[in-house]
Amino acid sequence: MRRTLTFVAFLLVVGAIWESLVAMGAWREVLLPRPTRVLGWLAESLADGTLVTATLVTARRLFTGYAIGVVVGLPLGVLAARFRVLRDSLGVVALGLQTLPSVCWVPMALLWFGQTEAAMLFVVVMGTTWSLLLATEAGVRGLPPVYLRAARTMGSRGFHTILHVLLPAAFPAIVSGLKQGWAFAWRSLMAAEIFVTILTGFGLGHLLHYGRELHAMDQVLGVMAVIVSVGLLAEHLLFGPAERWLRIRFGLGG
Amino acid sequence: MLTEPRTDASAAATVSAELALAAPTRLSIRGVSKSFAGRRGPVQALAGIDLDVAEGQFLCLLGPSGCGKSTLLALVAGLDFPDCGEIHTDGHRVTGPGRDRMVMFQESALFPWRTALGNVLFGLELKPGLTRAARREVARYYLDLVGLTRFAHAAIHELSGGMRQRVALARALAPNPSVLLMDEPFGALDAMTREKLYGDLQAIWSQRRKTILFVTHNVREACVLADRVAVMSPHPGRIVQVFDVALPRPRDINSERVAALASRITATLAGSLPTETRR
Repeated sequence: MRRTLTFVAFLLVVGAIWESLVAMGAWREVLLPRPTRVLGWLAESLADGTLVTATLVTARRLFTGYAIGVVVGLPLGVLAARFRVLRDSLGVVALGLQTLPSVCWVPMALLWFGQTEAAMLFVVVMGTTWSLLLATEAGVRGLPPVYLRAARTMGSRGFHTILHVLLPAAFPAIVSGLKQGWAFAWRSLMAAEIFVTILTGFGLGHLLHYGRELHAMDQVLGVMAVIVSVGLLAEHLLFGPAERWLRIRFGLGG
Repeated sequence: MLTEPRTDASAAATVSAELALAAPTRLSIRGVSKSFAGRRGPVQALAGIDLDVAEGQFLCLLGPSGCGKSTLLALVAGLDFPDCGEIHTDGHRVTGPGRDRMVMFQESALFPWRTALGNVLFGLELKPGLTRAARREVARYYLDLVGLTRFAHAAIHELSGGMRQRVALARALAPNPSVLLMDEPFGALDAMTREKLYGDLQAIWSQRRKTILFVTHNVREACVLADRVAVMSPHPGRIVQVFDVALPRPRDINSERVAALASRITATLAGSLPTETRR
């Protein structure tokens, strides 16, 4: 609570200084408009629905792509941890591709899928899968073997072991993998939306892109603020509960 | 609504059947050898082990680290297989893990993602024919037995080392095995906690009548707990001598008779050790 108050106060002070500097004519507003103008743009586009629609379009892409990435990356990570062959093949590929900035997938996505939703999803999936695969693999492989031995003595086998021992035991690593994957997915999607112009949906990235095209700095700043807020909000809503549970149950910090 | 009393009655029946004493098992180990691939060729962990544990007997495997006592325990648990020789429980050959043989591990092998109660429930969830309510009742019985009723919903990291090993004991007892395999379960505990647990373990053992194979390198611990102490020596792991401990129970670790027996066994251990230091 105290942190929030401090931060709000900080924003107000910076905003006031910024506002008065612009009022004094310290720079041209084409380059950096006054904060009230940005707020004005935000209010306007909230009212006419542009912002809400764009956020929903972006969120839909993000969740779809992220979900695919999780569904692919998580099981592959478990398999890579269990089977040496996969670790030495797919694991190495993942290690390499994870270092590839997700924007680098855009040209390939465009050539394969054209200016379509599929191209967007492809970029997001590529951004998510590899880091999640690696985190899951490391988490599962780093488990104390005594968990598995104990589970075996109590009659746990195969799928039951994976579901009730491997995955929950690796949960701390998986959560940080999911979080990292989320960050990558978010960044990839913004890159994709800025670079790929499509007609099926106008996302936040597009809004940002057209803000530049129209030299509308109030729009550029406003969209950036929205992107930051969406990112923060999603992280808190999605990973806050999981991390709280980890702290209570596993006694982990973080 | 009409069926409810009947399910209650049958649930109570399954719970009492579940809590009924399992007949203790005779354990027989015949000519068991085991070697592992080491960095410099194979390492003989166990060579020609012959050992019998009578029904309901408490046997301690005592020896220095590397004498293969934990390996032997893993073989009985069915977590690993002997190169030659056979292990039987009541005439049934051990071919893998089984609910008749539960293991309590050295370090806390408790699952941190489950509560104390959740850990005790794990083995019960894998046991067919138990309703959810019956499982919970059985699990609570064993938490009571180890004195942790109040900590059923505690997270594992909130429990002290001694309490964790109590939960581990309850978890091992819960599927009602006839053989309990304990791999230095109190090794990491402080002396006071350990002595308290010796008393509790003896009480629980006399109450639940299990055949117990207990691995330790602590001579006094073996003398306090065991009916028989099998002294092992390393390189290769074999049984040097088996001592009968005919002391009355409950035993006090500081009593003279325990101390006298402990020094006799220590002498045997020392006699078997020089071969190791010479190598």
